[in-house]
Amino acid sequence: MGKSIRIAYGEALNEIAETNDKIVVCDADLGHATMTNIFAAKHPDRFFNFGIAENNMIAEATGMAHSGLIPFVSTFALFGAGRAFEIIRNSVCYVNANVKFALTHSGLSVGEDGGSHQAIEDIALMRVLPHMTILVPCDYEQTKKCVKAAAEIDGPVYVRVARPVVDEITTAETPFEVGKAQVLKDGTDVCLMTTGLMVGPALKAAEMLEAEGISCAVINHHTIKPLDTEIVREYHEKCKGIVACEEHSIYGGLGSAIAEVIAGVPGGKFAQVGVMDKFGKSGTPDALFEAYGLTPEHMVEEAKKFL
Amino acid sequence: MMDFAWLRDRFQEEHIMVLQEKAAELRGDILKMIHAAGNGHPGGSLSVIDILVALYYNVANVDPSNPKWEDRDRIVLSKGHACPALYAVLADKGYFPKEDLWTLRKIDSHLQGHPDMKKTPGVDLNTGSLGQGVAVATGMAIAAKHLGKNYHVYAIVGDGECQEGLVWEAAMAAAHYKLDNLTVILDHNGLQIDGTNDEVMSLGDPVEKYKAFGFETFTVNGHDIDALTDVLKTPVHGKPKFICAKTVKGKGVSFMENQAGWHGKAPSADELAKALAELGVN
Repeated sequence: MGKSIRIAYGEALNEIAETNDKIVVCDADLGHATMTNIFAAKHPDRFFNFGIAENNMIAEATGMAHSGLIPFVSTFALFGAGRAFEIIRNSVCYVNANVKFALTHSGLSVGEDGGSHQAIEDIALMRVLPHMTILVPCDYEQTKKCVKAAAEIDGPVYVRVARPVVDEITTAETPFEVGKAQVLKDGTDVCLMTTGLMVGPALKAAEMLEAEGISCAVINHHTIKPLDTEIVREYHEKCKGIVACEEHSIYGGLGSAIAEVIAGVPGGKFAQVGVMDKFGKSGTPDALFEAYGLTPEHMVEEAKKFL
Repeated sequence: MMDFAWLRDRFQEEHIMVLQEKAAELRGDILKMIHAAGNGHPGGSLSVIDILVALYYNVANVDPSNPKWEDRDRIVLSKGHACPALYAVLADKGYFPKEDLWTLRKIDSHLQGHPDMKKTPGVDLNTGSLGQGVAVATGMAIAAKHLGKNYHVYAIVGDGECQEGLVWEAAMAAAHYKLDNLTVILDHNGLQIDGTNDEVMSLGDPVEKYKAFGFETFTVNGHDIDALTDVLKTPVHGKPKFICAKTVKGKGVSFMENQAGWHGKAPSADELAKALAELGVN
Protein backbone atom coordinates (compact mmCIF):
# COMPACT_ATOMS: atom_id res chain seq x y z
CA MET A 1 0.00 0.00 0.00
CA GLY A 2 1.39 3.36 -0.99
CA LYS A 3 1.13 6.55 1.02
CA SER A 4 1.21 10.21 -0.02
CA ILE A 5 4.45 12.11 0.41
CA ARG A 6 2.56 15.41 0.40
CA ILE A 7 0.27 14.30 3.21
CA ALA A 8 3.36 13.26 5.15
CA TYR A 9 4.58 16.84 4.75
CA GLY A 10 1.34 18.36 6.06
CA GLU A 11 1.21 15.93 8.97
CA ALA A 12 4.88 16.49 9.83
CA LEU A 13 4.25 20.24 10.02
CA ASN A 14 1.57 19.66 12.65
CA GLU A 15 3.88 17.35 14.58
CA ILE A 16 6.76 19.84 14.74
CA ALA A 17 4.40 22.75 15.43
CA GLU A 18 3.27 21.02 18.64
CA THR A 19 6.64 21.45 20.27
CA ASN A 20 8.03 24.48 18.46
CA ASP A 21 5.93 27.64 18.52
CA LYS A 22 8.33 29.41 16.13
CA ILE A 23 7.11 27.27 13.22
CA VAL A 24 4.89 29.18 10.79
CA VAL A 25 3.79 28.16 7.30
CA CYS A 26 3.46 30.24 4.13
CA ASP A 27 1.74 29.24 0.93
CA ALA A 28 0.88 30.89 -2.38
CA ASP A 29 -2.71 29.77 -2.96
CA LEU A 30 -1.76 26.10 -3.26
CA GLY A 31 -2.46 24.91 0.26
CA HIS A 32 -4.88 22.30 -1.04
CA ALA A 33 -2.20 20.86 -3.33
CA THR A 34 0.92 21.24 -1.18
CA MET A 35 -1.07 19.93 1.81
CA THR A 36 -0.19 22.88 4.00
CA ASN A 37 -3.98 23.04 4.44
CA ILE A 38 -3.53 20.24 7.00
CA PHE A 39 -1.50 22.73 9.04
CA ALA A 40 -3.74 25.70 8.25
CA ALA A 41 -6.79 23.84 9.58
CA LYS A 42 -5.09 23.23 12.91
CA HIS A 43 -3.11 26.47 13.24
CA PRO A 44 -4.94 29.21 11.31
CA ASP A 45 -3.04 31.89 13.24
CA ARG A 46 0.31 30.46 12.15
CA PHE A 47 -0.57 30.08 8.47
CA PHE A 48 0.03 32.92 6.01
CA ASN A 49 -1.38 32.86 2.52
CA PHE A 50 0.37 35.28 0.19
CA GLY A 51 -1.81 34.67 -2.80
CA ILE A 52 -0.34 33.82 -6.18
CA ALA A 53 2.87 35.77 -5.54
CA GLU A 54 5.72 33.35 -4.89
CA ASN A 55 8.47 35.96 -4.98
CA ASN A 56 6.76 38.04 -2.34
CA MET A 57 5.96 34.99 -0.20
CA ILE A 58 9.61 33.98 -0.07
CA ALA A 59 10.83 37.52 0.58
CA GLU A 60 8.30 38.01 3.38
CA ALA A 61 9.09 34.61 4.89
CA THR A 62 12.69 35.82 5.01
CA GLY A 63 11.55 38.82 7.06
CA MET A 64 9.79 36.41 9.41
CA ALA A 65 12.96 34.33 9.74
CA HIS A 66 14.98 37.46 10.55
CA SER A 67 12.46 38.14 13.31
CA GLY A 68 12.98 34.77 14.99
CA LEU A 69 10.28 32.65 13.37
CA ILE A 70 10.95 29.43 11.41
CA PRO A 71 8.89 29.73 8.22
CA PHE A 72 8.14 26.72 6.03
CA VAL A 73 7.38 27.99 2.55
CA SER A 74 5.41 25.90 0.09
CA THR A 75 4.41 26.15 -3.52
CA PHE A 76 5.19 24.03 -6.57
CA ALA A 77 8.92 23.38 -6.99
CA LEU A 78 9.05 25.20 -10.31
CA PHE A 79 7.63 28.45 -8.93
CA GLY A 80 9.63 28.29 -5.71
CA ALA A 81 13.06 27.19 -6.89
CA GLY A 82 12.57 28.55 -10.40
CA ARG A 83 10.65 31.80 -10.40
CA ALA A 84 11.97 32.96 -7.03
CA PHE A 85 15.54 31.78 -7.58
CA GLU A 86 17.22 35.15 -7.26
CA ILE A 87 15.27 35.99 -4.12
CA ILE A 88 16.34 32.68 -2.59
CA ARG A 89 19.90 33.50 -3.59
CA ASN A 90 20.12 37.12 -2.45
CA SER A 91 17.64 37.43 0.40
CA VAL A 92 17.87 33.92 1.86
CA CYS A 93 21.13 32.08 1.13
CA TYR A 94 23.39 35.13 0.95
CA VAL A 95 22.78 35.69 4.68
CA ASN A 96 21.97 32.10 5.65
CA ALA A 97 18.40 33.06 6.61
CA ASN A 98 16.48 30.33 8.41
CA VAL A 99 13.83 29.71 5.73
CA LYS A 100 12.61 26.19 4.88
CA PHE A 101 11.42 25.40 1.38
CA ALA A 102 9.12 22.39 1.14
CA LEU A 103 8.38 22.58 -2.56
CA THR A 104 5.97 20.05 -3.96
CA HIS A 105 5.11 18.77 -7.43
CA SER A 106 8.74 18.24 -8.32
CA GLY A 107 9.85 16.14 -11.27
CA LEU A 108 7.98 14.52 -14.16
CA SER A 109 5.63 12.81 -11.70
CA VAL A 110 3.47 15.94 -11.67
CA GLY A 111 2.04 14.14 -14.68
CA GLU A 112 -0.82 15.43 -16.76
CA ASP A 113 -0.32 19.15 -16.00
CA GLY A 114 2.60 18.88 -18.38
CA GLY A 115 6.04 20.31 -18.90
CA SER A 116 5.20 23.83 -17.72
CA HIS A 117 4.63 22.48 -14.21
CA GLN A 118 7.27 19.75 -13.96
CA ALA A 119 10.42 20.95 -12.17
CA ILE A 120 13.35 18.93 -13.47
CA GLU A 121 15.97 21.61 -12.78
CA ASP A 122 15.12 22.54 -9.18
CA ILE A 123 17.91 20.50 -7.58
CA ALA A 124 20.42 22.08 -9.96
CA LEU A 125 19.23 25.56 -9.04
CA MET A 126 19.26 24.96 -5.29
CA ARG A 127 22.53 23.04 -5.36
CA VAL A 128 24.63 26.00 -6.52
CA LEU A 129 23.57 28.13 -3.56
CA PRO A 130 25.97 28.24 -0.59
CA HIS A 131 24.31 27.42 2.78
CA MET A 132 21.46 25.46 1.15
CA THR A 133 20.80 21.91 2.39
CA ILE A 134 18.85 19.69 -0.04
CA LEU A 135 16.76 16.74 1.15
CA VAL A 136 14.85 14.44 -1.22
CA PRO A 137 12.68 11.90 0.60
CA CYS A 138 11.71 8.64 -1.09
CA ASP A 139 8.50 7.83 0.79
CA TYR A 140 6.00 8.82 3.45
CA GLU A 141 8.10 8.10 6.54
CA GLN A 142 11.26 9.61 5.11
CA THR A 143 9.37 12.79 4.21
CA LYS A 144 8.40 13.21 7.84
CA LYS A 145 12.01 12.74 8.90
CA CYS A 146 13.22 15.27 6.33
CA VAL A 147 10.71 17.90 7.49
CA LYS A 148 11.68 17.38 11.12
CA ALA A 149 15.40 17.53 10.27
CA ALA A 150 14.83 20.71 8.24
CA ALA A 151 13.29 22.42 11.26
CA GLU A 152 16.35 21.57 13.36
CA ILE A 153 18.93 22.92 10.87
CA ASP A 154 19.90 26.57 11.34
CA GLY A 155 19.76 27.84 7.76
CA PRO A 156 17.93 27.31 4.50
CA VAL A 157 16.77 23.83 3.59
CA TYR A 158 15.06 22.59 0.45
CA VAL A 159 12.85 19.53 0.91
CA ARG A 160 11.84 18.18 -2.51
CA VAL A 161 8.32 16.82 -2.22
CA ALA A 162 6.83 14.78 -5.05
CA ARG A 163 3.13 14.61 -5.90
CA PRO A 164 2.33 10.87 -6.15
CA VAL A 165 1.40 8.23 -3.65
CA VAL A 166 4.40 5.90 -3.46
CA ASP A 167 5.16 2.49 -1.99
CA GLU A 168 6.64 2.45 1.47
CA ILE A 169 10.33 1.67 1.43
CA THR A 170 11.36 2.84 4.89
CA THR A 171 9.62 2.60 8.25
CA ALA A 172 9.31 5.03 11.13
CA GLU A 173 12.21 3.17 12.75
CA THR A 174 14.61 3.32 9.78
CA PRO A 175 17.60 5.46 10.80
CA PHE A 176 17.91 8.84 9.09
CA GLU A 177 20.81 11.23 9.27
CA VAL A 178 21.23 14.33 7.09
CA GLY A 179 24.30 13.90 4.88
CA LYS A 180 24.50 10.15 5.38
CA ALA A 181 23.30 8.06 2.44
CA GLN A 182 21.33 4.91 3.02
CA VAL A 183 22.53 1.53 1.73
CA LEU A 184 19.24 -0.15 0.86
CA LYS A 185 20.93 -3.16 -0.71
CA ASP A 186 24.59 -4.05 -0.86
CA GLY A 187 26.32 -5.40 -3.97
CA THR A 188 29.71 -5.62 -5.64
CA ASP A 189 29.31 -5.59 -9.44
CA VAL A 190 27.36 -2.38 -10.01
CA CYS A 191 25.85 0.34 -7.84
CA LEU A 192 22.65 2.29 -8.45
CA MET A 193 22.81 5.63 -6.65
CA THR A 194 19.38 7.15 -6.52
CA THR A 195 17.03 9.54 -4.77
CA GLY A 196 13.34 10.37 -4.33
CA LEU A 197 10.85 8.59 -6.55
CA MET A 198 13.58 6.67 -8.40
CA VAL A 199 14.43 4.63 -5.29
CA GLY A 200 11.57 2.19 -5.95
CA PRO A 201 12.47 1.57 -9.63
CA ALA A 202 16.15 1.21 -8.65
CA LEU A 203 15.28 -1.54 -6.18
CA LYS A 204 13.35 -3.31 -8.97
CA ALA A 205 16.31 -2.90 -11.33
CA ALA A 206 18.58 -4.46 -8.71
CA GLU A 207 16.25 -7.46 -8.45
CA MET A 208 16.35 -7.87 -12.24
CA LEU A 209 20.16 -7.73 -12.25
CA GLU A 210 20.45 -10.16 -9.35
CA ALA A 211 18.20 -12.59 -11.28
CA GLU A 212 20.87 -12.57 -13.95
CA GLY A 213 23.56 -13.21 -11.38
CA ILE A 214 24.80 -9.60 -11.25
CA SER A 215 25.45 -8.26 -7.76
CA CYS A 216 23.89 -4.76 -7.51
CA ALA A 217 24.01 -2.22 -4.67
CA VAL A 218 21.25 0.38 -4.23
CA ILE A 219 22.04 3.57 -2.35
CA ASN A 220 19.49 6.20 -1.42
CA HIS A 221 20.96 9.70 -1.39
CA HIS A 222 18.13 11.40 0.50
CA THR A 223 20.60 14.23 1.08
CA ILE A 224 21.83 15.75 -2.16
CA LYS A 225 23.66 18.54 -0.36
CA PRO A 226 25.84 17.99 1.54
CA LEU A 227 26.36 14.82 -0.50
CA ASP A 228 27.72 11.72 1.22
CA THR A 229 30.94 11.80 -0.80
CA GLU A 230 32.55 9.04 1.21
CA ILE A 231 30.02 6.46 0.12
CA VAL A 232 30.39 7.57 -3.51
CA ARG A 233 34.16 6.99 -3.38
CA GLU A 234 33.70 3.70 -1.56
CA TYR A 235 31.27 2.20 -4.06
CA HIS A 236 33.11 3.65 -7.03
CA GLU A 237 36.14 1.71 -5.91
CA LYS A 238 34.24 -1.40 -4.94
CA CYS A 239 31.97 -1.76 -7.98
CA LYS A 240 32.60 -1.84 -11.72
CA GLY A 241 30.41 1.21 -12.21
CA ILE A 242 27.90 3.63 -10.70
CA VAL A 243 24.60 4.53 -12.35
CA ALA A 244 22.96 7.68 -10.97
CA CYS A 245 19.15 7.43 -11.27
CA GLU A 246 17.00 10.49 -10.68
CA GLU A 247 13.77 12.20 -11.66
CA HIS A 248 15.66 15.35 -12.66
CA SER A 249 17.71 16.71 -15.51
CA ILE A 250 20.99 14.90 -16.01
CA TYR A 251 22.57 18.33 -15.55
CA GLY A 252 23.07 19.64 -12.06
CA GLY A 253 21.26 17.02 -9.98
CA LEU A 254 22.37 13.95 -8.06
CA GLY A 255 24.21 12.54 -11.09
CA SER A 256 26.24 15.71 -11.47
CA ALA A 257 26.99 15.80 -7.76
CA ILE A 258 28.32 12.21 -7.94
CA ALA A 259 30.26 12.96 -11.13
CA GLU A 260 31.92 15.90 -9.36
CA VAL A 261 33.16 13.51 -6.69
CA ILE A 262 34.60 10.91 -9.07
CA ALA A 263 35.74 13.30 -11.79
CA GLY A 264 39.32 13.16 -10.59
CA VAL A 265 39.41 9.37 -10.25
CA PRO A 266 41.42 7.70 -13.07
CA GLY A 267 39.25 5.39 -15.17
CA GLY A 268 36.03 6.78 -13.69
CA LYS A 269 33.10 4.44 -14.11
CA PHE A 270 29.92 6.45 -14.17
CA ALA A 271 26.62 6.53 -16.06
CA GLN A 272 23.38 8.42 -15.61
CA VAL A 273 19.69 7.68 -15.83
CA GLY A 274 17.79 10.95 -15.70
CA VAL A 275 15.97 13.46 -17.87
CA MET A 276 18.31 13.89 -20.84
CA ASP A 277 18.30 17.69 -21.27
CA LYS A 278 14.63 17.77 -22.31
CA PHE A 279 11.46 19.37 -20.96
CA GLY A 280 8.58 17.23 -19.70
CA LYS A 281 5.12 16.84 -21.21
CA SER A 282 1.64 15.66 -20.23
CA GLY A 283 0.96 12.07 -19.30
CA THR A 284 0.59 9.82 -16.30
CA PRO A 285 3.69 9.61 -14.13
CA ASP A 286 4.20 5.98 -15.19
CA ALA A 287 3.87 6.81 -18.89
CA LEU A 288 6.31 9.69 -18.46
CA PHE A 289 8.87 7.56 -16.60
CA GLU A 290 8.64 5.09 -19.49
CA ALA A 291 8.94 7.82 -22.15
CA TYR A 292 11.93 9.46 -20.48
CA GLY A 293 13.73 6.23 -19.63
CA LEU A 294 13.33 6.48 -15.87
CA THR A 295 12.72 2.73 -15.63
CA PRO A 296 14.28 -0.33 -14.03
CA GLU A 297 14.98 -1.65 -17.56
CA HIS A 298 17.01 1.42 -18.49
CA MET A 299 18.92 1.24 -15.20
CA VAL A 300 19.72 -2.42 -15.92
CA GLU A 301 20.88 -1.55 -19.43
CA GLU A 302 23.22 1.18 -18.15
CA ALA A 303 24.53 -1.01 -15.32
CA LYS A 304 25.37 -3.86 -17.68
CA LYS A 305 27.61 -1.59 -19.76
CA PHE A 306 30.19 -1.79 -16.98
CA LEU A 307 30.36 -5.57 -16.99
CA MET B 1 0.49 79.01 34.90
CA MET B 2 3.42 79.86 32.69
CA ASP B 3 3.40 78.84 29.07
CA PHE B 4 6.77 77.53 27.99
CA ALA B 5 5.66 76.78 24.46
CA TRP B 6 7.98 79.48 23.09
CA LEU B 7 10.92 77.78 24.82
CA ARG B 8 9.97 74.37 23.43
CA ASP B 9 9.72 75.89 19.98
CA ARG B 10 13.16 77.45 20.34
CA PHE B 11 14.71 74.16 21.45
CA GLN B 12 12.98 72.50 18.53
CA GLU B 13 14.35 75.08 16.10
CA GLU B 14 17.84 74.71 17.47
CA HIS B 15 17.59 70.92 17.29
CA ILE B 16 16.53 71.09 13.67
CA MET B 17 19.36 73.50 12.85
CA VAL B 18 21.81 71.10 14.46
CA LEU B 19 20.39 68.26 12.38
CA GLN B 20 20.64 70.32 9.19
CA GLU B 21 24.31 70.88 9.95
CA LYS B 22 24.59 67.17 10.73
CA ALA B 23 23.08 66.31 7.35
CA ALA B 24 25.58 68.60 5.59
CA GLU B 25 28.44 66.90 7.43
CA LEU B 26 27.09 63.45 6.51
CA ARG B 27 26.80 64.56 2.86
CA GLY B 28 30.50 65.35 3.08
CA ASP B 29 31.21 61.88 4.53
CA ILE B 30 29.23 60.25 1.72
CA LEU B 31 31.28 62.00 -0.95
CA LYS B 32 34.58 61.39 0.84
CA MET B 33 33.91 57.68 1.19
CA ILE B 34 32.79 57.25 -2.42
CA HIS B 35 35.85 59.20 -3.57
CA ALA B 36 38.06 56.94 -1.45
CA ALA B 37 36.36 53.83 -2.83
CA GLY B 38 36.76 55.05 -6.42
CA ASN B 39 33.17 54.08 -7.20
CA GLY B 40 29.71 53.98 -5.66
CA HIS B 41 26.39 55.82 -5.83
CA PRO B 42 26.46 59.49 -4.74
CA GLY B 43 23.24 60.75 -6.37
CA GLY B 44 20.77 58.55 -4.49
CA SER B 45 22.80 58.75 -1.28
CA LEU B 46 22.52 62.54 -1.29
CA SER B 47 18.78 62.36 -1.99
CA VAL B 48 18.02 59.92 0.83
CA ILE B 49 20.27 61.28 3.59
CA ASP B 50 17.75 63.69 5.15
CA ILE B 51 15.20 60.86 5.40
CA LEU B 52 17.76 58.75 7.27
CA VAL B 53 18.65 61.68 9.55
CA ALA B 54 14.98 62.21 10.46
CA LEU B 55 14.60 58.48 11.13
CA TYR B 56 17.77 57.80 13.10
CA TYR B 57 17.99 61.08 15.06
CA ASN B 58 14.33 61.92 15.68
CA VAL B 59 12.02 58.96 15.20
CA ALA B 60 13.33 55.40 15.36
CA ASN B 61 13.73 53.48 18.60
CA VAL B 62 17.21 52.04 18.15
CA ASP B 63 20.23 51.48 20.39
CA PRO B 64 23.68 51.78 18.76
CA SER B 65 25.24 49.96 21.73
CA ASN B 66 22.94 46.99 21.08
CA PRO B 67 22.44 46.75 17.30
CA LYS B 68 20.60 43.40 17.45
CA TRP B 69 18.23 44.46 20.25
CA GLU B 70 15.09 42.39 19.62
CA ASP B 71 12.62 45.21 20.17
CA ARG B 72 14.37 47.85 18.04
CA ASP B 73 12.62 49.51 15.17
CA ARG B 74 13.83 48.06 11.87
CA ILE B 75 15.14 50.38 9.16
CA VAL B 76 15.45 48.73 5.78
CA LEU B 77 17.19 50.65 3.01
CA SER B 78 15.56 48.76 0.16
CA LYS B 79 17.38 51.01 -2.33
CA GLY B 80 20.59 49.43 -1.08
CA HIS B 81 22.90 51.18 -3.54
CA ALA B 82 22.45 54.34 -1.43
CA CYS B 83 24.25 52.62 1.47
CA PRO B 84 26.99 55.26 1.76
CA ALA B 85 24.27 57.45 3.32
CA LEU B 86 23.32 54.66 5.73
CA TYR B 87 26.96 53.96 6.62
CA ALA B 88 27.63 57.65 7.29
CA VAL B 89 24.65 57.77 9.69
CA LEU B 90 25.54 54.50 11.43
CA ALA B 91 29.14 55.62 11.98
CA ASP B 92 27.96 58.96 13.35
CA LYS B 93 25.53 57.18 15.68
CA GLY B 94 28.41 55.09 17.00
CA TYR B 95 27.59 51.67 15.54
CA PHE B 96 31.21 51.44 14.34
CA PRO B 97 34.25 53.76 14.16
CA LYS B 98 34.08 56.58 11.65
CA GLU B 99 37.49 55.61 10.17
CA ASP B 100 35.81 52.48 8.80
CA LEU B 101 33.99 54.67 6.28
CA TRP B 102 37.19 55.10 4.27
CA THR B 103 37.34 51.32 3.71
CA LEU B 104 34.05 51.27 1.76
CA ARG B 105 34.03 48.65 -1.03
CA LYS B 106 37.61 47.58 -0.27
CA ILE B 107 38.68 43.98 0.25
CA ASP B 108 37.92 42.70 3.79
CA SER B 109 35.95 45.85 4.70
CA HIS B 110 32.71 45.28 6.61
CA LEU B 111 31.26 48.05 4.44
CA GLN B 112 30.19 46.20 1.32
CA GLY B 113 29.09 47.79 -1.95
CA HIS B 114 25.53 46.98 -0.89
CA PRO B 115 24.33 46.61 2.72
CA ASP B 116 25.18 43.37 4.52
CA MET B 117 23.47 42.61 7.82
CA LYS B 118 26.01 39.90 8.64
CA LYS B 119 28.97 42.23 8.31
CA THR B 120 27.93 45.74 9.35
CA PRO B 121 26.62 46.54 12.85
CA GLY B 122 23.31 48.40 12.57
CA VAL B 123 22.36 47.17 9.11
CA ASP B 124 19.00 45.47 9.54
CA LEU B 125 18.86 43.80 6.14
CA ASN B 126 21.04 42.98 3.19
CA THR B 127 19.52 44.81 0.24
CA GLY B 128 20.45 46.01 -3.20
CA SER B 129 18.65 43.52 -5.38
CA LEU B 130 15.80 45.94 -5.93
CA GLY B 131 12.31 45.21 -4.70
CA GLN B 132 13.38 42.57 -2.21
CA GLY B 133 14.12 44.81 0.78
CA VAL B 134 10.64 46.26 1.03
CA ALA B 135 9.11 42.78 0.70
CA VAL B 136 11.33 41.29 3.40
CA ALA B 137 10.57 44.35 5.57
CA THR B 138 6.85 43.63 5.14
CA GLY B 139 7.50 40.10 6.42
CA MET B 140 9.28 41.61 9.43
CA ALA B 141 6.15 43.63 10.16
CA ILE B 142 3.96 40.51 9.89
CA ALA B 143 6.32 38.72 12.28
CA ALA B 144 6.17 41.61 14.77
CA LYS B 145 2.38 41.38 14.84
CA HIS B 146 2.51 37.60 15.15
CA LEU B 147 4.99 37.75 18.02
CA GLY B 148 3.16 40.58 19.78
CA LYS B 149 6.14 42.95 19.42
CA ASN B 150 5.69 46.70 19.29
CA TYR B 151 8.53 47.62 16.98
CA HIS B 152 7.93 49.55 13.78
CA VAL B 153 9.43 48.69 10.40
CA TYR B 154 10.56 51.48 8.06
CA ALA B 155 11.39 50.59 4.47
CA ILE B 156 12.92 53.15 2.12
CA VAL B 157 12.37 52.46 -1.56
CA GLY B 158 13.64 54.24 -4.65
CA ASP B 159 11.37 55.44 -7.42
CA GLY B 160 13.13 53.40 -10.10
CA GLU B 161 12.81 50.45 -7.72
CA CYS B 162 9.03 50.79 -7.89
CA GLN B 163 9.22 49.40 -11.42
CA GLU B 164 9.87 46.01 -9.79
CA GLY B 165 6.63 44.02 -9.50
CA LEU B 166 7.70 42.69 -6.11
CA VAL B 167 7.23 46.18 -4.62
CA TRP B 168 3.54 45.96 -5.46
CA GLU B 169 3.15 42.33 -4.38
CA ALA B 170 4.50 43.44 -1.00
CA ALA B 171 2.17 46.46 -0.94
CA MET B 172 -0.82 44.17 -1.55
CA ALA B 173 0.21 41.92 1.33
CA ALA B 174 0.90 44.87 3.67
CA ALA B 175 -2.65 46.12 3.23
CA HIS B 176 -4.11 42.60 3.41
CA TYR B 177 -2.43 41.98 6.76
CA LYS B 178 -3.32 45.53 7.97
CA LEU B 179 0.29 46.32 8.86
CA ASP B 180 0.05 49.61 10.72
CA ASN B 181 3.53 48.84 12.04
CA LEU B 182 5.00 49.33 8.55
CA THR B 183 5.97 52.60 6.89
CA VAL B 184 7.14 52.63 3.28
CA ILE B 185 9.06 55.80 2.40
CA LEU B 186 9.63 56.63 -1.26
CA ASP B 187 12.79 58.61 -2.03
CA HIS B 188 11.22 60.24 -5.07
CA ASN B 189 14.01 62.03 -6.89
CA GLY B 190 12.62 61.28 -10.34
CA LEU B 191 15.85 59.93 -11.81
CA GLN B 192 17.33 56.49 -12.48
CA ILE B 193 20.34 55.18 -14.39
CA ASP B 194 19.00 55.59 -17.91
CA GLY B 195 17.26 58.93 -17.34
CA THR B 196 14.08 60.23 -15.73
CA ASN B 197 11.45 57.80 -14.45
CA ASP B 198 9.14 59.11 -17.14
CA GLU B 199 11.63 58.42 -19.91
CA VAL B 200 12.47 54.91 -18.66
CA MET B 201 9.14 53.59 -17.33
CA SER B 202 6.56 56.04 -16.07
CA LEU B 203 5.57 55.62 -12.45
CA GLY B 204 2.40 57.65 -12.78
CA ASP B 205 1.35 58.99 -9.40
CA PRO B 206 2.91 56.78 -6.72
CA VAL B 207 0.73 58.36 -4.01
CA GLU B 208 -2.46 57.44 -5.84
CA LYS B 209 -1.07 53.97 -6.49
CA TYR B 210 -0.26 53.31 -2.84
CA LYS B 211 -3.62 54.78 -1.82
CA ALA B 212 -5.32 52.36 -4.21
CA PHE B 213 -3.35 49.51 -2.64
CA GLY B 214 -4.80 50.44 0.77
CA PHE B 215 -2.12 52.60 2.38
CA GLU B 216 -2.63 55.84 4.33
CA THR B 217 -0.56 58.23 2.22
CA PHE B 218 1.43 61.38 2.90
CA THR B 219 3.55 63.67 0.75
CA VAL B 220 6.43 65.65 2.17
CA ASN B 221 9.53 67.60 1.18
CA GLY B 222 12.17 64.89 1.57
CA HIS B 223 14.85 67.40 2.52
CA ASP B 224 12.85 69.09 5.31
CA ILE B 225 13.93 67.15 8.39
CA ASP B 226 11.29 68.83 10.55
CA ALA B 227 8.45 67.99 8.16
CA LEU B 228 9.78 64.45 7.66
CA THR B 229 9.86 63.96 11.42
CA ASP B 230 6.26 65.14 11.79
CA VAL B 231 4.93 62.86 9.09
CA LEU B 232 6.98 59.88 10.30
CA LYS B 233 5.55 60.38 13.80
CA THR B 234 1.93 60.73 12.62
CA PRO B 235 0.15 57.60 13.82
CA VAL B 236 -1.87 55.46 11.42
CA HIS B 237 -4.19 52.69 12.56
CA GLY B 238 -5.34 49.54 10.80
CA LYS B 239 -3.38 50.08 7.58
CA PRO B 240 0.21 50.60 6.45
CA LYS B 241 1.64 54.06 5.92
CA PHE B 242 3.20 55.43 2.73
CA ILE B 243 5.26 58.61 2.62
CA CYS B 244 6.18 60.12 -0.73
CA ALA B 245 9.32 62.10 0.06
CA LYS B 246 9.97 64.51 -2.79
CA THR B 247 13.71 64.72 -3.17
CA VAL B 248 16.45 65.96 -5.47
CA LYS B 249 19.02 63.48 -6.71
CA GLY B 250 22.48 64.75 -5.75
CA LYS B 251 20.92 67.25 -3.31
CA GLY B 252 23.37 69.73 -1.78
CA VAL B 253 26.02 69.70 -4.51
CA SER B 254 25.15 72.06 -7.37
CA PHE B 255 26.82 70.10 -10.15
CA MET B 256 25.32 66.78 -9.02
CA GLU B 257 21.73 67.95 -8.50
CA ASN B 258 19.22 66.43 -10.93
CA GLN B 259 21.96 64.77 -12.95
CA ALA B 260 21.30 61.09 -13.75
CA GLY B 261 24.99 60.81 -14.60
CA TRP B 262 25.84 61.06 -10.89
CA HIS B 263 23.82 57.93 -10.09
CA GLY B 264 26.85 55.69 -9.93
CA LYS B 265 30.08 57.67 -10.33
CA ALA B 266 32.76 58.71 -7.83
CA PRO B 267 33.81 62.38 -7.64
CA SER B 268 37.42 63.21 -8.57
CA ALA B 269 39.66 64.97 -6.04
CA ASP B 270 38.79 68.36 -7.58
CA GLU B 271 35.09 67.61 -7.66
CA LEU B 272 35.22 66.44 -4.05
CA ALA B 273 36.94 69.64 -2.93
CA LYS B 274 34.37 71.75 -4.78
CA ALA B 275 31.48 69.76 -3.30
CA LEU B 276 32.82 69.98 0.25
CA ALA B 277 33.27 73.74 -0.13
CA GLU B 278 29.63 74.07 -1.23
CA LEU B 279 28.50 71.99 1.73
CA GLY B 280 30.62 74.05 4.08
CA VAL B 281 32.35 71.01 5.56
CA ASN B 282 35.98 69.90 5.73
